[in-house]
Amino acid sequence: MSAHLKRLENTSVHILREAYASFKSLAMLWSIGKDSTVLLWLARKAFYGHVPFPLVHIDTHFKIPEMIEYRDRLTREWGLIMVYGENRAALEAGETFPDGKVDRLTCCRNLKTRALAHTLDGSWPRFRFNHQAGRYEKDRNTDPYTGVIVGVRADEEGSRSKERYFSARNRSAGWDIADQPPEFWSFYKTDFAPGTHVRVHPLLDWTELNIWEYIHQERIPTVSLYYDQGSGRRYRSLGCQPCTSPIESTARDVPEIIEELRSGKLASVAERSGRAQDKDDGGGLESLRREGYM
Amino acid sequence: MNIVIVGHVDHGKSTIIGRLLADTGSLPEGKLEQVRDLCERTSKPFEYAFLLDALKDEQAQGITIDAARVFFKSPRRHYIIIDAPGHIEFLKNMITGAARAEAALLVIDAREGVRENSRRHGYMLAMLGIRRVAVLVNKMDLVGHSREVFENIRKEYEAFLAGIGLEADSFLPVSGMGGDNIASPSGTMTWHTGGTVLDVLDGFSSSPPDDKLPFRLPVQDVYKFTRFGDDRRIIAGTIASGQVRVGDRIGFYPSGKSTTVSGIESFPAPTSDEDRVRVASVGEPVGITLSEQLYVTRGDLAVLQGQRSPTVATRLKASVFWLSRSPLKVGQEVLLRIGTARVRAHLESISRVIDAASLEGVSNPVEIARHDVAECVLHCASPIAFDVDAGIPEMGRFVLIDNFEISGGGIIREGLPDEQSWVRSKVLQRNIKWEMSTISLQARAERYCQAGTLVLVTGQADSRKKDLAKALESHLFGLGRLTYYLGLGSVLYGVDADLKTPESDSRTEHRQEHLRRFAEVAHLFLDAGLILVSTATDLTQEDANLINAVLEDHRMLVIWSGDSPSTDVKPDLVADRETGLETAVERIRALLQDQGVLYRA
Repeated sequence: MSAHLKRLENTSVHILREAYASFKSLAMLWSIGKDSTVLLWLARKAFYGHVPFPLVHIDTHFKIPEMIEYRDRLTREWGLIMVYGENRAALEAGETFPDGKVDRLTCCRNLKTRALAHTLDGSWPRFRFNHQAGRYEKDRNTDPYTGVIVGVRADEEGSRSKERYFSARNRSAGWDIADQPPEFWSFYKTDFAPGTHVRVHPLLDWTELNIWEYIHQERIPTVSLYYDQGSGRRYRSLGCQPCTSPIESTARDVPEIIEELRSGKLASVAERSGRAQDKDDGGGLESLRREGYM
Repeated sequence: MNIVIVGHVDHGKSTIIGRLLADTGSLPEGKLEQVRDLCERTSKPFEYAFLLDALKDEQAQGITIDAARVFFKSPRRHYIIIDAPGHIEFLKNMITGAARAEAALLVIDAREGVRENSRRHGYMLAMLGIRRVAVLVNKMDLVGHSREVFENIRKEYEAFLAGIGLEADSFLPVSGMGGDNIASPSGTMTWHTGGTVLDVLDGFSSSPPDDKLPFRLPVQDVYKFTRFGDDRRIIAGTIASGQVRVGDRIGFYPSGKSTTVSGIESFPAPTSDEDRVRVASVGEPVGITLSEQLYVTRGDLAVLQGQRSPTVATRLKASVFWLSRSPLKVGQEVLLRIGTARVRAHLESISRVIDAASLEGVSNPVEIARHDVAECVLHCASPIAFDVDAGIPEMGRFVLIDNFEISGGGIIREGLPDEQSWVRSKVLQRNIKWEMSTISLQARAERYCQAGTLVLVTGQADSRKKDLAKALESHLFGLGRLTYYLGLGSVLYGVDADLKTPESDSRTEHRQEHLRRFAEVAHLFLDAGLILVSTATDLTQEDANLINAVLEDHRMLVIWSGDSPSTDVKPDLVADRETGLETAVERIRALLQDQGVLYRA
């Protein structure tokens, strides 16, 4: 392993362990994408094959079907504590972009931001995978998660570069960027007042290239949507089917993606360029993030 | 390499980074156009600084409010440049940014010269332990590229840095606006021969971690995951310095209890014996297993036996910087975190407060105000292990938590003695030399359904403390519990025979040593899992502290027999004269249950 990748891994594992030692009710968001899957792998490394907290997935029900199949396959194979949440009311009322009633940003707000906030605080039903029965069942645990591990990276987009490794969110999941607690010498904010929760960001210093190099080296299984399967297109960032489009690329496997990224072919294209909601106003993602989006 | 860029507000840090990115082709193509477009739409002149100010409200205020991270690449290596805010309100953000850096660029405006935050940030770099610093004298275009202006600022700032024990690697005259000496040499300032910012960055050497230093592993957690039939008990943590090997003898501080490393864990699990990890070094997050079932918890510090031992103390002479809006006052209690340990501590005294910007001392300080640095004494509620001058700065650094927030940080300069230091050093030796039984404390507790505990009944000389203690022993015995009565005085003629001379009354003359020996005897009973019931006359809180220092993790409950304590001891229960003996015994039993000393069989 390159020294740089090893350092990134070391820091991430350390942060995961700090989070586990500090929060009684801890969860990790798993979007099924490459970043949070690397995070999941790092958790298995940190805890020697175990993932001692639930993985939470916000199911918009517009995800590309292969993503859900992959999620449930790894859940079974790795014995994960898998929990998903959703915005049932918005889905039933058709208040979604594909149903035509709202714009992209509002759809994201409904199906992701609000579903996430209510799943984390336990006010909406959570569904947990029962390994014996082989299906999802309503989770009896409705305690709010006070620590939430998220796979955001600082290089993805402007607002994410302002994040701390441990970032306190207040009751309404809001984020006051100007007044964040200091973080130095491997001491993180692990003390928090009742009613607040903390987002933990172990991947903050990783780049897109680091993620793929690590996937390659550790042989981490990923969704095949990331690879060109003959159409000359592949997904670079995964989201909901109606708002995510593939990029022009003939990279067929992990080494080819690494080569593509190193070549600088994609240097002029933002990683999330295939994600339509980012473009809806001056700073779509930033508005969403202030309200609690990942 | 992580680089931080600091300096006074408006001295042009963001412009320098923007220029560095643009001139080296490190920007994604869309970015420059996107910002130019935005400027055009809002009728603002384009500035390189806007590239970094990706956030809306930052642009509204026109100042950097947090440490933005920028990825950047030179032919030599990758960089993360952290842009730290210069505005005083955001010092905690500057510290957050700077603490992640291996080297710093400190920017000074050529027109304005050395300002308050130029000094404050310099001081903070020194406190945070950043040793590689280049000073950029910026906006040289606005002073006619004057060599004299540059040299004057250099002299003034060099003298300031010397005063705080820091030496800059280099001083550079630059212009962020014009691009002089940023990525390419200046066409006008030909008198400068010290290279460009890019040259200086590439010239910083990344010091490799020194694994010859003593081994230090702050214990982050102890894992016992039972799923999938896993029975490993793994001590986890990130190695702060040195190396550890399978078979090494290690001790856990502050107690000093020692054992042998039986394995170093890895994931995915090794498939063959050659695959097994045998050695781990500084920086690695490891998991080790032990040959004996020691009681180890988060906050303990693992060290290698035979190497330099850490200092153990409760009182610390330290340099502290304070970040919270409300000042830290003498006597105030906070939480202190060092390594993975966390203890209550109070500010005992302040010897001097330094205004970090002017470095002038304040007389008769009673508090440390926001953004001040102070030399002071902190007193921890329980002993901590740390290093001073061992070449391991990390093991001497701490943060202070007030009202759930990291409110300050500091460096331990020296461990100071307290009243129990002499006892603790003996206990440490005892622990290091202790031969462990193969039966763990927990196994005994489970078998006996009780945790080894000292119940110390104290009161005035004429109180019925002995009757009460003996009644308690007999009651517990009747319940089938393992218990023993031992009067403090009974230790006097045997264990203390060498202290006891016909002329002397060892009770007064050798009281402390007498108490220590009594506590050592009690420790044996407790380690064996018994409930020891003892009596002592007029026990003081200092006596109790001494006994506790010997008992360490074992518990002591103090019962005051009599109406109210006539000493300063803080009893767990008071059995007044009115209460019948039976009722008093019943109450003590209830207390033992509440405290988890007695469990149900």
